[in-house]
Amino acid sequence: MSDFKVIGKKVDKNDGFALAAGQPLFVDDIRLPDTLYIKSLYSPHAHAIIEDIDTSETEKYPGVRMVLTYKNTPRIIHTTAGQGWPEPSPYDTYMFNKKMRFVGDRVAVVAAETEEQAAEALKLIKVKYTTLPPVFDPEEAIKGRAPIIHDEPEITGAYDPKRNLAAHIEIKVGDVEKGFAESDAVVEETFETQYAQHTPIEPHVTITYLDEYGRLVIRTSTQVPFHVRRIVAQSLGIPVQKIRVIKPRIGGGFGTKQEIILEEICSYVTLKTNRPARILYTREEEFISARTRHPFKVKVKIGAKKDGMLNAIRLYALSNTGAYGTHGLTVASNAGSKTLPLYNKAENVEFIADIAYTNMPIAGAYRGYGASQGYAALEQAIDMIAEKLGMNPLELRKKNHIQKGETSPIFRALGEGREGVTQYIQSCALDELIDKGAKEIGWFEKYGKPKRNGHKVRGVGMSIHMQGSSIPLVDMGSASLKMNEDGSFNLLYGGTDIGTGLDTVAAQIVAETLGIKPEQVIVYASDTDLTPFDVGAYASSGTFVSGGAVLKAALKVRDQILDVAKEAFGEPDTKDFILEDGKVKSLRSGKSMSLSEIAYQTLYVKNQHQIGAIGSFVSPYSPPPFAAHFVEIEVDEETGIIKPIKYVAAVDCGIPINPELVKGQIIGALVNGLSYTLTEEYIFSKSGKMLNPNFMDYKIPSTRDLPEIVTILAETYEPTGPYGAKSVAEININGPIPAIGNALHDAIGIRLHKTPYTPERVLEAIQLKKK
Amino acid sequence: MKVKYIINGKEETYEIHPGEVLLDVLRRNGHSEVKGNCYLGTCGACTVLIDGVPHTSCTILAAKVNGSEITTIKGVGSLNNSHPIQKAFVEKGAVQCGFCTPGTILSAYALLKKNPDPTDEDIRKSLDGNLCRCTGYVQQIESVKLAVKLLKEGKNE
Repeated sequence: MSDFKVIGKKVDKNDGFALAAGQPLFVDDIRLPDTLYIKSLYSPHAHAIIEDIDTSETEKYPGVRMVLTYKNTPRIIHTTAGQGWPEPSPYDTYMFNKKMRFVGDRVAVVAAETEEQAAEALKLIKVKYTTLPPVFDPEEAIKGRAPIIHDEPEITGAYDPKRNLAAHIEIKVGDVEKGFAESDAVVEETFETQYAQHTPIEPHVTITYLDEYGRLVIRTSTQVPFHVRRIVAQSLGIPVQKIRVIKPRIGGGFGTKQEIILEEICSYVTLKTNRPARILYTREEEFISARTRHPFKVKVKIGAKKDGMLNAIRLYALSNTGAYGTHGLTVASNAGSKTLPLYNKAENVEFIADIAYTNMPIAGAYRGYGASQGYAALEQAIDMIAEKLGMNPLELRKKNHIQKGETSPIFRALGEGREGVTQYIQSCALDELIDKGAKEIGWFEKYGKPKRNGHKVRGVGMSIHMQGSSIPLVDMGSASLKMNEDGSFNLLYGGTDIGTGLDTVAAQIVAETLGIKPEQVIVYASDTDLTPFDVGAYASSGTFVSGGAVLKAALKVRDQILDVAKEAFGEPDTKDFILEDGKVKSLRSGKSMSLSEIAYQTLYVKNQHQIGAIGSFVSPYSPPPFAAHFVEIEVDEETGIIKPIKYVAAVDCGIPINPELVKGQIIGALVNGLSYTLTEEYIFSKSGKMLNPNFMDYKIPSTRDLPEIVTILAETYEPTGPYGAKSVAEININGPIPAIGNALHDAIGIRLHKTPYTPERVLEAIQLKKK
Repeated sequence: MKVKYIINGKEETYEIHPGEVLLDVLRRNGHSEVKGNCYLGTCGACTVLIDGVPHTSCTILAAKVNGSEITTIKGVGSLNNSHPIQKAFVEKGAVQCGFCTPGTILSAYALLKKNPDPTDEDIRKSLDGNLCRCTGYVQQIESVKLAVKLLKEGKNE
């Protein structure tokens, strides 16, 4: 592994200098002449029917060119979930509709010559609503007596809309009841997680225009360009052939841009007016009308034997998908499928989930994707069973976690909205991660010995995690690679770098394979006209799937280069040939030829052809990365404030292709997780309106909120991944809730059952404990 | 009304509405390197230097700063002539999506102009107003420290 020349080495992000120089790389950095600006009107009611809309005054307002409502747009049911086809999300959404299902549902849009005109004209739309009784609590929603949210007949793919059930999951392995009965200790607890949001600093934004041939071009801030093309075609009833989607640089996604929210509206305006159009969400719209993280209520029951071996686990997850069911089924699936296999020693496992529609904001994909919510419950329950047995929770985890060579029946039983694929773990450094993390935090000196300093008390907590690398046998990526005269290569691939550095990882994979420098790879990505297909940036699939496709293309190109060299060298085979320093060398004869010479020969001189290839990658494997998280916190018993002092994330992501980018993924995810644990929360009015749609009142962290952060990498080699790599993007957002929850218990003996762990909740729990 | 600024050393005259904020005026006139759209001064992506001091351009009326010197990221360094802070940000992996990067680098640039030897606390304070959702800030802070070193080495040459 150490003989890699480019893999695992420090390589600058290939778009880094351009981004740091403020080059016009983002969707909204271009201005097209004659652009129409689009603004949206939202429902002020959580549940209502639009009896009528009067847009006559709006249409007369200066600069207004188009007003769209349910009255003058196609009514085609679809899902906004940017998932592979057929999408495992229900078809329950229209571009516009008479029925309003949450405060923030889209009523109408206005397209005008300026943004100001569009915004002013919106105010003149007269809407007559009949309000309906709303339901906000998912438990109430699915009881069978609640108002029916999706009562239109066209809905398909939802489990039981009459009971507001978007989806339902039931998986059983062994016999949990018997397992609990035969256990020496049992814990049963319920944990709730809140509405939270991704908040990429660049909001959703789309620009559409017609090219010189009248084809629709969609320049959009998306994680899923190919799904955008397919779903826009579907929801507008136009052929895929008529659409080109371009993904420029993207200002972060974290899941919220795995949705088709603005593209179809903007496209429709362009198609109807023949003019460029642009929609840019404000921060408030982002909070109210874009996607959120599914709030969960998870009931977990664990049984264990005296020796600490887990015997039975049952998870019941109630997920609130809000007004529409996008990603509802699959996020809930992952609350089980990405958590339960971790404890494969338990032979009796049950996972049940109900995914409830409510008249609340729409939940969707968010980094961690259900695993975060599952681990919030499971990893605290693990500490509780350890406590009951009088064991160190670290030791209990070591006894029970999955190991290299092992499998879990859950892999097969529970996929993403369907049956999964059997997996055997081929790389796992969890024991090493636990040992190294424990040493770094001082676990054995500190655990169980809270340190008091007046009213401030310190404690430590930990948790362990796994995720996956793509959806096995579903996610596909492809790449095309061609050679130029100077020995440089054009890599055209569908992989969707949304800020992660995937384009740099891709260049490194090509460079390693062909013995060149990463700078010699010109990367152009995710343009549906120019690059081959890729499902996009989600499910921790970038390096594994898109990178896997790049490797396949590069290996084919390598073979083509070697064949040309064989001819030129006059040698019988290529087995002693190596590619390094931009040359092919024969170790047998000592002959050598530069890639540039080979390109000139093949393009202009002899046996002329383009050296180039396409590679596609889909895998039956989804190798899990692993992580052990440790945290030391300080709780102020007077104020209730929890202050993380030190956070250690020990991670096994296989071979880290670009260690600096890996570090950024780890820290970025865990810092997002810290504020999910401590500060981030949607506050709602009684009528279901979000009251804090801005960064003053919805607190994401800044530089001054950071604890000391230590990242530790335990390198393994994952044989199913490109150059030994697994994923790293999502896993580290899962740790902060359970690790801090466990540390809080270690410090002052309280356990909170609802996130975020605000000072108010801490104080309340302290009061309760005193009674 | 007309306003005049010196932007990145070059005099520019714009026609504006009196109610417009600086961010919108700059972007409309081709300064797309200034990002941001929270209009509350909360995310910091729209940070520019006004007479050397970092401000969120989304909360300042363009008319109010008529006559000022304005520095955007393009006044710090360019693609082919990067400033040491820009180099440090790339080197340390502090640029992920890059949307907050121009504003963050401007805050760091203003700090290092004023204080070439900042403490960790100084760095954290100066970047406090620039929200980043990708990096978790650690590599940004490391970058500023590296830039301090690069700037010192540059002076010794």
